[in-house]
Amino acid sequence: MSTTTAPAAAAPAIAKKPGGIGRAREFGILAALVLVVIAATVKNPAFLFSSDGWRDLLLTPSILMLVAVGQAIVIITRNVDLSVGSVMGLTAYLTGRLFVDVPGIPIVVVVIAAVLLGAFLGLVNGALVAFAKVPAMVITLGTLYAYRGINVLWTGSDRINASDMPKDFLALGTQQILFIPVLTIIAVIVLALAAWYLRNIRGGREYYAIGSDPSAAELYGLKVTRRVLSAFVLSGALAGLAGVFYAARYGSISSQAGSGWELDAVGAAVIGGIAITGGVGTVWGAAIGAMLLMTINRALPILGIPDFWQRAVVGVLIIGAIVLDRVLAVRQRRQLIEARDES
Amino acid sequence: MVDAASARSAPPTALELHRVVKSFGPVVALRSGSLTLRPGSIHALIGENGAGKSTLVKIMAGLYRRDSGDFRLHADDVDFTSTAQSKAAGIAVIYQEPTLFPDLSVTENIFMGRQPTGFLGRIDRKAMRTEVDRIFRRLGVTLDPDRITEGLSIADQQIIEIAKAISLDASVLIMDEPTAALSGVEVDRLFAVARSLRDEGRAILFISHRFDEVFDLCDTVTVMRDGAYIDTTPIAETTVDELVRQMVGRDVTELFPKQEAAIGEPLLEVTALTRPGVFHDISFTVRAGEIVALAGLVGAGRSEVARAIFGVDPYDEGEVRMLGAGVARRNPTAAMRSGLALVPEDRRKQGLVIDASVGGNITLAIRRRLSKWGLITSGIENRAAKEWASRLEVKTHALDTVASTLSGGNQQKVVLAKWLATDPRVLIIDEPTRGIDVGTKSEVHRLLSQLAGEGMGILMISSELPEVLGMADRVLVMREGRITAEISRDDATSENVMFAATHSSELHS
Amino acid sequence: MTTTTTTTSTRVIRDYDRPLWRRIFINREFAIIALLVLVTIVAAVTIRGFAQPITANYLLLDVAPILLIALPMTLVMITGEIDLSVGSMVGLASVVTGVLTESGAPFEVAALAALLVGVVGGAFNGFLVTIVGLPSLAVTIGTLALFRGLAVGLLGTTAVTDFPETWTALAKAKIAGTTIPYIVIPFLILLVLFAVLLHFTPFGRGVFAIGLSKDAARFSGVDVERTKFILFVLSGVVAAFAGIFYTLRFGSARGDNATGLELQVIAAVVLGGVSVFGGRGHLHGVVAAVLLIGVLGSSLRLAGVTSDVINIITGGLLIFSVVAASVLAWAQRVRAKAGPPLRVAASPAP
Repeated sequence: MSTTTAPAAAAPAIAKKPGGIGRAREFGILAALVLVVIAATVKNPAFLFSSDGWRDLLLTPSILMLVAVGQAIVIITRNVDLSVGSVMGLTAYLTGRLFVDVPGIPIVVVVIAAVLLGAFLGLVNGALVAFAKVPAMVITLGTLYAYRGINVLWTGSDRINASDMPKDFLALGTQQILFIPVLTIIAVIVLALAAWYLRNIRGGREYYAIGSDPSAAELYGLKVTRRVLSAFVLSGALAGLAGVFYAARYGSISSQAGSGWELDAVGAAVIGGIAITGGVGTVWGAAIGAMLLMTINRALPILGIPDFWQRAVVGVLIIGAIVLDRVLAVRQRRQLIEARDES
Repeated sequence: MVDAASARSAPPTALELHRVVKSFGPVVALRSGSLTLRPGSIHALIGENGAGKSTLVKIMAGLYRRDSGDFRLHADDVDFTSTAQSKAAGIAVIYQEPTLFPDLSVTENIFMGRQPTGFLGRIDRKAMRTEVDRIFRRLGVTLDPDRITEGLSIADQQIIEIAKAISLDASVLIMDEPTAALSGVEVDRLFAVARSLRDEGRAILFISHRFDEVFDLCDTVTVMRDGAYIDTTPIAETTVDELVRQMVGRDVTELFPKQEAAIGEPLLEVTALTRPGVFHDISFTVRAGEIVALAGLVGAGRSEVARAIFGVDPYDEGEVRMLGAGVARRNPTAAMRSGLALVPEDRRKQGLVIDASVGGNITLAIRRRLSKWGLITSGIENRAAKEWASRLEVKTHALDTVASTLSGGNQQKVVLAKWLATDPRVLIIDEPTRGIDVGTKSEVHRLLSQLAGEGMGILMISSELPEVLGMADRVLVMREGRITAEISRDDATSENVMFAATHSSELHS
Repeated sequence: MTTTTTTTSTRVIRDYDRPLWRRIFINREFAIIALLVLVTIVAAVTIRGFAQPITANYLLLDVAPILLIALPMTLVMITGEIDLSVGSMVGLASVVTGVLTESGAPFEVAALAALLVGVVGGAFNGFLVTIVGLPSLAVTIGTLALFRGLAVGLLGTTAVTDFPETWTALAKAKIAGTTIPYIVIPFLILLVLFAVLLHFTPFGRGVFAIGLSKDAARFSGVDVERTKFILFVLSGVVAAFAGIFYTLRFGSARGDNATGLELQVIAAVVLGGVSVFGGRGHLHGVVAAVLLIGVLGSSLRLAGVTSDVINIITGGLLIFSVVAASVLAWAQRVRAKAGPPLRVAASPAP
């Protein structure tokens, strides 16, 4: 009995490869970023070519980059983490607090403490989502409130000022190695590690599987609970690190630090190609999205648009990104089905 | 059961279930399930919907845990508490609707959770690719392993599931109604693959309603009925009638009390209905008092035609008329107003709001009709719901019982009640008795017959030949989106209906 | 149609599974109402200054925007969608009112324009969700930014504070002889309208059906897209109305008015018993929840507790209510499996 070499789906030319169209998306927003930088620089060369300009271009987005990467991981699993802004605020304050209350404390210890706090706060989120099976949006909405409240309570009427913090810590915020800010280098290293993990380690691939089809993931025997938990822990830890960066960069920390950053992070991820329904996108895209968002903010005033319009631009970008994703997906599905029927 | 003498000379068993029992609260899904699978054999498992087959499969797959009875795999007692365990033990299940990750590649789908790794736990993509190439070559399949699985046909998805099973080196492969959505060529390919897997010494369990396939592919057949094991026979030693008798427990003809009805004026006229890629040039008429069956294999496009007529799905060309007046396309409310009703194929997701109450379900389609000055109260609703629930004898304690707790048969009655309450002229019913126990089945048939007798036109989509032959005044057969035959009641036989449905009555070789 | 034949048992089907008292008292909404009453009594007794008539006035003025927006938000969430842009719409409506009033238009015209903006904004959300087919979470995160951005962009960092006395006074005025502010009247009218719409019309039945099973609803003749579109428009217009009120009450139109309001609304709606998965909920529970949060807030403030602690409590309440709902649903599932005896039936559907 010979096996029939049946006419199977000879993959149509438009069959999407994972990362195929995605890569196009990342290049797209990278191109947009370059365009914005060029336009702003043409208007005002100091945007790029002054020491401050160059530094700010890379520095400010680095903080959002971290949060966006964490958010991307969570969204890939078909969840969302709205509490990251509050986590950032808490860990930024913790950073300042430690430096003030424990003179001479090594910077490394502070960083570790902040990351651990972030990870713990993320663990709370993850446990509630994974075990109580409650939608992440609602849970993290609640922790957004609760964590911010704890932050304000803890801060009291104090405010950490730049003068309270050790000089060498603040220096980290502005130092550069080979013209690239230290914080940016660290952020990029973290980004590369995250990207590597998501692409090359089983656990990373499972995030995508869970987001693509949660019930199939259960049937496959994947440890969904554990994975979702870890995604939130990562998001919290990265927000924790972002809090340290924030403290180093700005020096002065109020109880409202980080407020609103969660929406920027979600926006950055969505613009960067992370599908809100999960299973699609890369952290590189989220990072470029973060850079694009922050750079546009800075470029707007130079391009003659009052920076009041920042938020509106962000809104348009987010909506544009998801509409584009939808249009592409519908078109692709139609093409795939047509090709399948032809064969 | 195998006696001691033949047990000594029989080949070793791959999987053995003996008197397995499974209950869900007071509902006994499996009274006594038994099955013996041998390596190098394709074993058929047949039984009506509700016979307990799917419960048995789920126990084998590790989704359920049995209450009592023996379960042995390669002569070792096993007890699975998760699907991962049964997979690890070498049991693979290929479901009718494969569950793959649409956003991930074919290769990733096959290896998810157990990708080969190298240094630092890094996934070895080259090894995966080599393995996938090897498997696909062996299966004689040309699929691009790097493309995402979104958009693949069900046949291709099944092949990926089989590839998964092979890469897991599964010794037992369970195929649950695999051909339901396959075209003729795809069925051939699947059978060729199954045979080659059998020749490798694996044990294959083939669950199907299609006798021609069972007789073509399998060497042994086990029959179940009402949650219990009935008998096992080699295929060569039995016939379809014999198997049907075992499945049903009584003669076929008893089941379909069709009463004669006067055929009246044309009610539903469908002309040249077309939706590229789904159905082409569909034309037919349903008259008052007539039961028109739309037969064919699953995937022929029948449900799609029904949904298009009713307005849930779109169509590109053609026309639908009810009592001479055109029915707007893509508008279920207009269809309802013209006198159409559709009992859909998927009871739990389309026919019923499964988490809503029985009363709420029954009155959903007539909610506007029940309202006065735009307002509706639960008192009004309950009165209407109670009337219809009693008429159809829905077995429930109270109207606000959640529909998901009802048995399949009762659920179908609720759906029927809902649509009959709209006082339709034409009822389109898609798989009227799928997943229903035998008793309620004949109730449904009697009801349909009676409705026809009262002047309703009925378009019945069914994949069960006995039902088609027993109930229909006329049989329309569809195959791959087109109507291939129209056969009157007197002329219709299993053979000519099947021929038109598959375009070939020769058994696959 | 004649009755069907045979089978013996003329079984009597009851309307309800549980007796009336259980239906009234054993549910989420009653628990919240009971909690509201309890907390109010405790606050009145233990917190100095709370049990005064004027408290009702401040409380109601404070929660009025939330009360208003929670009405359409309840319906939106029952269909399984969400509208995160409401806070920004309040701000945008406020700014539109301010800008037009400042440029000389009569206040009535400015307010009407703001309502129109609400309709357009809601329709925009509705269009993206129903016609383009995008998830409402993503869309309304985008419009949250867009509407807020437009608000800030139009007005910059300044504020408009010059509004006609008659209107600002009305916003804060009390109904004769009581301490209850006038805003309660439009609220009650809207409450009745929405309650009737949700619980006593075919449209409302459709809303619940969509939330429980979008497909089954469509197959039963419910126009899913039209229903959702209408709900988003309602959400936008009511948010705009709340924005007008907000502006008048504080006498100031600013781009950042009502930032974060959406979270308070959603927290209250969820606390009030609306399932996050859609398909369940009652308006009286939501109203009670808003009042509960309001009472907690104002009583604690009177007691000197800072608003951050109040936020912690709000967040904690929200989390508790969803987790409790999840646990209850799980318990119900377990109980349903051991349901009333059926004959040896078909195996349970997968």
